[in-house]
Formats: sequence, structure tokens, C-alpha cells
Amino acid sequence: MNLYLRRRIVNYISLALSMLAMAFGLFWLLWILYTLVKNGLGGLTPALLYMETPAPGSPGGLANAIVGSLAMAGMGTLIGTPIGILAGTYLAEFGQRGWLAPTTRFINDILLSAPSIVIGLFIYEVYVRQVGHFSGWAGAFALSLLVIPVVVRTTENMLRLVPSAMREAAYALGAPQWKMVLLISLRAAKAGVVTGILLAVARISGETAPLLFTSLNNQFFSNMNQPMANLPVVIFQYAMSPYEDWHALAWAGSLLIGVFVLGINILARTLVRNPSQH
Amino acid sequence: MTAELKQPKITVRNLNFYYGNFHALKQINLNIDEGKVTAFIGPSGCGKSTLLRTFNRMYGLYPKLRAEGEINMNGRNILDSGVDLNMLRAKVGMVFQKPTPFPMSIYDNIAFGVKLYENLNKADMDDRVEWALQKAALWGEVKDKLKQSGLGLSGGQQQRLCIARAVSVKPEVLLLDEPTSALDPISTAHIEELVHELKQDYTIAIVTHNMQQAARVSDYTAYMYLGELVEVGETDSIFTTPKKKATEDYITGKFG
Repeated sequence: MNLYLRRRIVNYISLALSMLAMAFGLFWLLWILYTLVKNGLGGLTPALLYMETPAPGSPGGLANAIVGSLAMAGMGTLIGTPIGILAGTYLAEFGQRGWLAPTTRFINDILLSAPSIVIGLFIYEVYVRQVGHFSGWAGAFALSLLVIPVVVRTTENMLRLVPSAMREAAYALGAPQWKMVLLISLRAAKAGVVTGILLAVARISGETAPLLFTSLNNQFFSNMNQPMANLPVVIFQYAMSPYEDWHALAWAGSLLIGVFVLGINILARTLVRNPSQH
Repeated sequence: MTAELKQPKITVRNLNFYYGNFHALKQINLNIDEGKVTAFIGPSGCGKSTLLRTFNRMYGLYPKLRAEGEINMNGRNILDSGVDLNMLRAKVGMVFQKPTPFPMSIYDNIAFGVKLYENLNKADMDDRVEWALQKAALWGEVKDKLKQSGLGLSGGQQQRLCIARAVSVKPEVLLLDEPTSALDPISTAHIEELVHELKQDYTIAIVTHNMQQAARVSDYTAYMYLGELVEVGETDSIFTTPKKKATEDYITGKFG
């Protein structure tokens, strides 16, 4: 058999195998999306957005859960993002010498892969038990602990992609390090850093485990100092119930989260694709 | 006053440089004259870029790099630990091998450096940006798109933007580290013309791999090999009547 024929055959086989792998992955994703749309679309009514979660058998929506999820995810992101960006910047720009940066990086990697239920239990122990009740704040704190490691990691990685020649050019002009980092490095890495934040938001939007021990749930609207409704826990509760109308709401909620996360991911992709916006 | 009586801008005395344990520059002694172009040539790894990067102490960014000896500029040894690096780099500008525009507009690329040292109002800053871009022979090509990103320029334009940026803070010395090696011949010719213009106002040290370039743009040429300064002299005599065999072998292409 001649060499070129063999190469072509090997090429076809590898291509076929990778297409198969892709089809396998895509199959489940599409099935999930199809199931969500099929079961959730019927429940997508305007009432979803303005009525509170109902007792079984009565009309209702998911308004309190949607607002609760947005409030806790938003607050968790607001708390976690600055810490994450500062820590990631330290690791990439200031931590070249000494033991602090490698240690921080290692601990951050552990935090990144920590099961989210452990994070929930941790906040339960240090916050919920101390104040004596579940609350929206506790949920936001738990979510912020999930945001931090994601943002630290992406910020550091994106800053490392900034060519060192660009840093040298800023130093060569006599710029002090903090100005170089703030005005050159972070600026060059901006799109990537924002993408990291978006991915963190996507990650926490569907988290149930850390909220079970922290914000719990609430049948009504509440402020951050009370137990707070949120989509994942409502979905969990309603889906496990024996009531048809609760099932419909659970599907509608799942579809909402699914579409939200998909949207955020698409937004993040678009940002990475057009990096020269500044 | 003749050139011989002038004080050199930079005098290097017994300079040794180490990357960790590697002895990269060995007992370098050299004068760099004011208002002249001094070219550094030699094969890759001979230490010419390393030498250039001691003049603004760029090596200090990285651990385990150290320089010993003296580099005197304006009556001071710039290797002293007490030297204010930001002020040193304000006086000694640098342009790198690859163009390094900042991720901001053409205007802000220039204004970034100026703002480090001066608090200019809008009109004065506009003037300074125009002046620097004029100096770098880029003004005509970019005057209508100052607000556009510096990253959108061609390679040759980006490099001239970097020269404008270095010039904008009014340094005394310009270090050019293979400034044309990433550029096409036409852009290279632009930059070389520019070097001729700029030496009216600045002392220039240029590292180049291209010997014709060294011959075209420089007044003095230094040939380096394996961390040693083999020979330095007026460019004409280095290229026509080198004193050392090694220099002659290199410039005639017998090796390297």
C-alpha cells in the first residue's frame, strides 16, 4: 500500500471518529434542549413573571424565584468579581517571586473544583448558624465563593496572554508597575476578563446545592435578610412533588435557566471573538 | 567644537552581565557619543541586545539577572541601586523588535507616555501628539484617524507609532532593538530614514542583524561576539578596514 493512500485512510478514520464524538456530545445537548422546550414552552406565560409561587392547585408563577435568583446571583457576582480580579491580577503580574503566589494558585485550584454542596455547608456553618436563620445574603455569599475561583483563574490566564513585550514597552516609557498593570495589561485582557465573569455568572445561575443550606426557599417575595426563593431550589421542590401544575412550573423554570445560561455563553463567545474593542 | 572633544553621552566601564550563572557580557568598555548613531552587530546570542537592555535597566524586570561595572550617563552610574528607574527610562527611550502598540487609540498611545511626566491641557497634548507623530514621519498617514486603535495600523506604521511614543516623552537617548527585523523592505527604509532624522536630536543605539543596515544608518559600529566587544570604531573603517580578523570574517560573511 502506498504511503499517501495510507495517510489518507488514517485521515478519514480519525476524522470519522472525531465527528462521531462530536455527534455523541451534541446529541445529548440537543436532547436536553428539546426536552426543555417541549415541556417548558407550555408553561411560559406572562403570569410566570408577575405571580408568586403558588400552592398546589392554585394559579401562580415564578416571579419571586426569578427575582431571588437574580438578586443572589447578582450580589454573589458583585462580591466575588472584585476579589477574583484583584487576586488573579496579583498572581499574573506581581507574584513572580516568593511562595505566596504559587500557594494561592494551588488553593484557588482546590476551591475551583470543590463540590458546591461543601461550599453551601461551609456558609451554613459560619454564617447561617451564627445569625440563626436562612437568608438571601447567605445564598449570595455561597455563590460568591463559587465566583471567586473562576474569576481568579480566567483573569490570571487572560493576563498571561498579554505579550510581555507590551509590558516592557510600558516600563521602557518609565511607567510604574501599577500604571502598567491598570492601563496596559488589564486593558489588553479586558475582553477575556469580562468573559470569565460571564462564565462565572453562568456557572452559579443553575447551582442548587449551595443554596439549599443558605437561602433555602420562600413561597413569597422576600428581602435579602430572609429566606429567599430561587429558581434552582423551586425547580427541585416542584419537580419532586406529585402535582401536575407544579411540574409545569418546574419545566418552565428549567427552560428559563437553560435559555439564560445559553445566552450568557453566546455573549461570552462573541466577546472573545471581537477582542479589539476598547 | 569637534566631535573628539565632546563628552560621550554614555560611557561603559568594565561591564559584566550574568543570567544566573551564565556570563553573558564580559568586561565591556565602550563610549557612546552624543548625537551619533552607534550600531551593535554580531551573531545571535553575542549579547548585543543584552547590552542595550542594560542602558535602561530593562533586565531588572526579571529575577536572577545582574549587571556589574559602570554605565555612566550624565555623570551618574545608572547601575547604582539608588537610581530612579522611572526617571532613567524617561531619559532613555526604547523601541523593540516587534511593534508593541498599546491596546488603545493612536492618540492615547502617545498621550500615555506624556501623561506619566507632564500635566498638559488638551490643546498642548494635541500639539505634543502631533509633534511626536511628525517626528516619526507618521502624522500624514494617521492625522484623520487618531481616535482609531493603534492595533489597526500596518506593521511598519505600528513601529513608527512606537518610535513616536518613545520620542514623545523627549528622551535624550533612543535604544532601538532590531527595530526593522519584523518589517518589509519599504517600512525598513522608512525607519532608516527616520534614524537619520532623529540623530539630530537624540543619541541613538541600534542593534541590528542586518550589516548593510548598520553600514547605512550608523556613525559608529561595535562588533560583538560571545559576550565580548571585539571591535568598535567609525562605521566606515569597521566595514572597510577592520583591525581584527574576527570582525573582517563576520562582515565579509565568512561566518555568522
